[in-house]
Amino acid sequence: MSAQTILTAGIEPATADATWHLDDYVGRGGYAALKKVLAEKMTPEAVINEVKKSSLRGRGGAGFPSGLKWSFMPKAYAGTKYLCCNSDEGEPGTFKDRDLLRYNPHQVIEGMAIAAYAMGTAVGYNYIHGEVWDLYARFERALDEARAAGLIGQNILGSGFNFELYAHHGYGAYICGEETALLESIEGKKGQPRYKPPFPASYGLYGKPTTINNTETFAAVPWIIMNGGEKYLELGKPNNGGTKLFSVSGHVVRPGVYEVPMGLPFPELLKMCGGMRGGRKLKACIPGGSSAPVLPAEIMMECTMDYDAIAKAGSMLGSGAVIVMDESVCMVRALERLSYFYFEESCGQCTPCREGTGWLYRVVHRIEHGLGRAEDLDLLNGVTDNIMGRTICALGDAASLPVRSFIKHFRSEFEYHIDNKKCLVPPEVQREGSKIHVRPSQC
Amino acid sequence: MLDIEIDGKALQVAEGSTIIEAAHQLGTYIPHFCYHKKLSIAANCRMCLVQVEKAPKPMPACATPVTNGMKVQTHSGQAVAAQKGGMEFLLINHPLDCPICDQGGECLLQDLAVGYGASASRYQEEKRVVMNKNLGPLVATDMTRCINCTRCVRFTQEIAGLMELGQAFRGEHAEIMSFIGQTVDSELSGNIIDLCPVGALTSKPFRFSARTWELARRKSVSPHDGLGANLIVQVKHDRVMRVLPLDNEAINECWLSDKDRFSYEGLNSPERLTRPMLKHGGQWHEVDWQQALDYVAHAFKDVAKNHGGAALGALLSPHATLEELYLAQKLMRGISGVAANVDFRLRQSDFSQDGKRADGPASAPWLGMKISEIDDLDRVLVVGSFLRKDQPLIAQRLRQAAKRGAQVSLLHAADDDQLIKIHAKAIVPPSQLPRLLAQVLKCAAEAKGVAVDAAIGALTVSAEARAIAASLLSGAGSKAAVFLGNLAQQHPRAATLQALARQLASLTGARVGFLGVAANSVGGYVADALPGPDGLNAAAMLAAPRRAYLLLNAEPELDCADPQQAMAALKQAETVVVLSPFKPAGALDYADVLLPVSPFTETSGSFVNTEGRVQSFNAVVQPLGETRPAWKVLRVLGNLLGLQGFEQDSSEAVRAEIFAGAAPEFVADRLDEGASGAALDLSIDAGPLERVADVPIYAADALVRRAPSLQRARDAAAPSARMNSTQLQKLGIAAGRQVRVKQGAGSAVLVAELDERLPEGVVRIAAAHPSVAGLSAPSGAITVEAL
Repeated sequence: MSAQTILTAGIEPATADATWHLDDYVGRGGYAALKKVLAEKMTPEAVINEVKKSSLRGRGGAGFPSGLKWSFMPKAYAGTKYLCCNSDEGEPGTFKDRDLLRYNPHQVIEGMAIAAYAMGTAVGYNYIHGEVWDLYARFERALDEARAAGLIGQNILGSGFNFELYAHHGYGAYICGEETALLESIEGKKGQPRYKPPFPASYGLYGKPTTINNTETFAAVPWIIMNGGEKYLELGKPNNGGTKLFSVSGHVVRPGVYEVPMGLPFPELLKMCGGMRGGRKLKACIPGGSSAPVLPAEIMMECTMDYDAIAKAGSMLGSGAVIVMDESVCMVRALERLSYFYFEESCGQCTPCREGTGWLYRVVHRIEHGLGRAEDLDLLNGVTDNIMGRTICALGDAASLPVRSFIKHFRSEFEYHIDNKKCLVPPEVQREGSKIHVRPSQC
Repeated sequence: MLDIEIDGKALQVAEGSTIIEAAHQLGTYIPHFCYHKKLSIAANCRMCLVQVEKAPKPMPACATPVTNGMKVQTHSGQAVAAQKGGMEFLLINHPLDCPICDQGGECLLQDLAVGYGASASRYQEEKRVVMNKNLGPLVATDMTRCINCTRCVRFTQEIAGLMELGQAFRGEHAEIMSFIGQTVDSELSGNIIDLCPVGALTSKPFRFSARTWELARRKSVSPHDGLGANLIVQVKHDRVMRVLPLDNEAINECWLSDKDRFSYEGLNSPERLTRPMLKHGGQWHEVDWQQALDYVAHAFKDVAKNHGGAALGALLSPHATLEELYLAQKLMRGISGVAANVDFRLRQSDFSQDGKRADGPASAPWLGMKISEIDDLDRVLVVGSFLRKDQPLIAQRLRQAAKRGAQVSLLHAADDDQLIKIHAKAIVPPSQLPRLLAQVLKCAAEAKGVAVDAAIGALTVSAEARAIAASLLSGAGSKAAVFLGNLAQQHPRAATLQALARQLASLTGARVGFLGVAANSVGGYVADALPGPDGLNAAAMLAAPRRAYLLLNAEPELDCADPQQAMAALKQAETVVVLSPFKPAGALDYADVLLPVSPFTETSGSFVNTEGRVQSFNAVVQPLGETRPAWKVLRVLGNLLGLQGFEQDSSEAVRAEIFAGAAPEFVADRLDEGASGAALDLSIDAGPLERVADVPIYAADALVRRAPSLQRARDAAAPSARMNSTQLQKLGIAAGRQVRVKQGAGSAVLVAELDERLPEGVVRIAAAHPSVAGLSAPSGAITVEAL
């Protein structure tokens, strides 16, 4: 790989599990950015400006410009302000933050410290997904190292700047990755999203101004400070600055996390992953995690991997979770699994999502099991019409978009299921492709 | 003010309003379930979605603040589609079992389904079933009907002060439940029945007994605590079936305490007295009214003739109506003149201020302000009050005030959790309450550079007293109050407490108020139901037994300060005439005549609540059997006794006489804020162990004592002897053991219970229960020994 990497630079897969410590990170040039900010007494505005110039966009899924988000924090606020890192990575297909925290936790800590400096927050939390306990444990150790070295805590590096950072683990609820549900969870309450407005920048953790960014977003910050926002932007495409971690899963030869510059053509990414497994043809791809609309192969192969291009193609770059599906996949079955996920993970707070996700799952389940009815596809679209845009948080949309896109692009497969009570893709092909057992009765 | 437009109609609304509030101002209805004006905004039902110009999606009207120039469409295509979509989702898992649902006919979901629901469902899958929960004796559950609006959850947390309900599990599995194995024990729990927009939470006592459309709705006023909550009494076939709150922002808002709501069950009690009865040769006989009244008139005449008017005594309940209290005292004054022994202050023990009250002889101790003014207080000191159980809705107002930032401090003999954020508190044995209050006063006086009484100056100020004083002094220009609760008013040195409170208030710019104990705690004074200049008060006429007694709605074995003394006095009397809706077990023993008189639902009358508001009401049902309104009975007795001034032919005529023809909304001119010139008594005269007695919420009056569902509530548990661990250790008693408690000549056998919320030197034994009727005063020295 000749392209510039900034999140995985200097980390060799073979030794990655041993080189996460502070010394290793410093050896890779770590904490230089924090030292620079403090030594040069950069103004908070200057830090935010660099981030704005970099066109860094939120890596958690929504792609909101990070510098702009940081500038929303009230500057003159007298009380405590909070900084939160969203490491509650729970979307099916997404596992980039896991690797980032596992192999490079100090870069996240450094990024958070710089962000805290820019926004004047003295306290931060990193909310880590509860089902990857070892990451939480490792992050606590990394915090200990950083604290011992005076890189976080009181009077950091003698500069007078204070930033206390704590690790906090969830218990595995997907919804706690929604930023306001995450805040509720840190507060010790049931993880349920809050109605916005008010936004966290004015009413966040414990009712105080709060900024929440994704793990990968924070990790990009030190490089931006060291090399300048323009440089970062140049790594990617206009309005889509920098590099991005893609967690590629599914029917590729080498699934895994890849750091590539924004705007890389999808076929290139596919090539990095060793191409399609077994030489089969690409059938479909979900480019941004399970809540992003699926794209059929012919559209996907034309895309570049950046926010704007994927959006133009009718999907979302989301968290960069690329789920690759080959021709052995039954799209009804794939959708059934996705719909089950959202049915299980709906928090139950607001009506359309609580009731609608179960409805969607049950109908798709029926179709998959040979009990579909001719009117079901219109019904599914109708139910998603009533969910989308009517819920407190985005989970309603996340549950609806797969349903709509699967039906839109693969309608004939659904109709075949309904008409013939069986799958268009023969069971033996599915078995061969997925290497998992498929009951003949199911397809 | 912001200029906005709703459905093309322009209006101005206050900044910070939400769309739903603005629409309300315009009279435009936006369908909703989770929104409630008194609760926090949840925005979870998604029924109130409306179209807002420039917004890409429909917005929830309950949670969207209006902005200047905003244009809202509540009935546009987008809005109605969203509302109908929401309704479809709410109905897919709802059982649609309206025919067997108690909510039928008063169900928000049913009503809105007519407007927004489809005639047939597109949902053909299996429906959700949710197990029911046991929330206690008052609230029934059918949780499958629940739409998860969380109004009940928010109520327990925000209004009742303790999150007794919550939403467990996720998504479609979400369920509203109490903590595992726990019931909902709040004294305000019944309000969740009203709040529930569907039939998930319904009234257990009312269950399956009537349909709302079969019920007449009649206004009334609660006869229990001093608040005077406004009621809608629902009636079918001349029987009270249910009680609901009547919205009155100035008094009960839209709430009712469970006592106000469920006590109606006592009206239909099998203990109701329906015919006059006479005891003849130790046997009770039913007689007609003429015979009974003739008997009473003769008996009273005889006693008055042979032994003088002073030989008669009348004990009146503070839960009786103003008109009844007035005619009863008029009757006694007619017979006995200046020596009339008549009183309604049955639990009071300090009468030293009688005839010396600051604002005239019959001025009433009142709240010192309007009830609604509690909301605006910034500094509050509550002295001697089981606040949450004694005045549940006043406590609720203080809870909201504390949430807003008011500092509420407490000086009391038991540290019961008031579910109010308490700023500072001092918990001491009752005998030390005057000293503690004096310490607060001393501290305040020092800060203000004012001299105090030498006895107060000699006191050492405790840190607790200092913190309370500092709080009262800290709010310069703020609204402050010192409230005297039931315990303070019934304290043996109540006059000292009042005098101290008054001095403290004048130093700190606070107002003094009395938290009304009973529905007519103020009304009794207004009716002048007090002893004549040479007459005896409630305690004195029992201490020096009379030959004849008249009891109006009172059950002295439970209602008097010293039940033991009361029973002795009544048993020795020649004639005891009882006017009561019930046949009290005790009265069957000591009484000679039982006259069935109407409870508050069967007579017209008035209560004067703790803020001095005169609230008159009409009968909502016909009197049961031969029962007659007490005002009529007393009026006829006056005639039979040949007394002047008993010609009134309606309760309204009696009321007109009381107010000299006026019909005031408030009795402002007869109100009083307590003693000022009383001699201070700061001595501590109790022994090593003293009693503190609360009157439990469901034991406080004759009606509530006969309401079976309330009697099954946790708050209705029989009294025990509660002490803290140090005290138990000192006495060598293990919690759970039986003990004998002795007070004067009386004793009772109770179970010892650990209660770390009590100070040392105190044993807490509730009053107003048959098991403790053998004890005497609710305070003072007491001994406890293991059995």
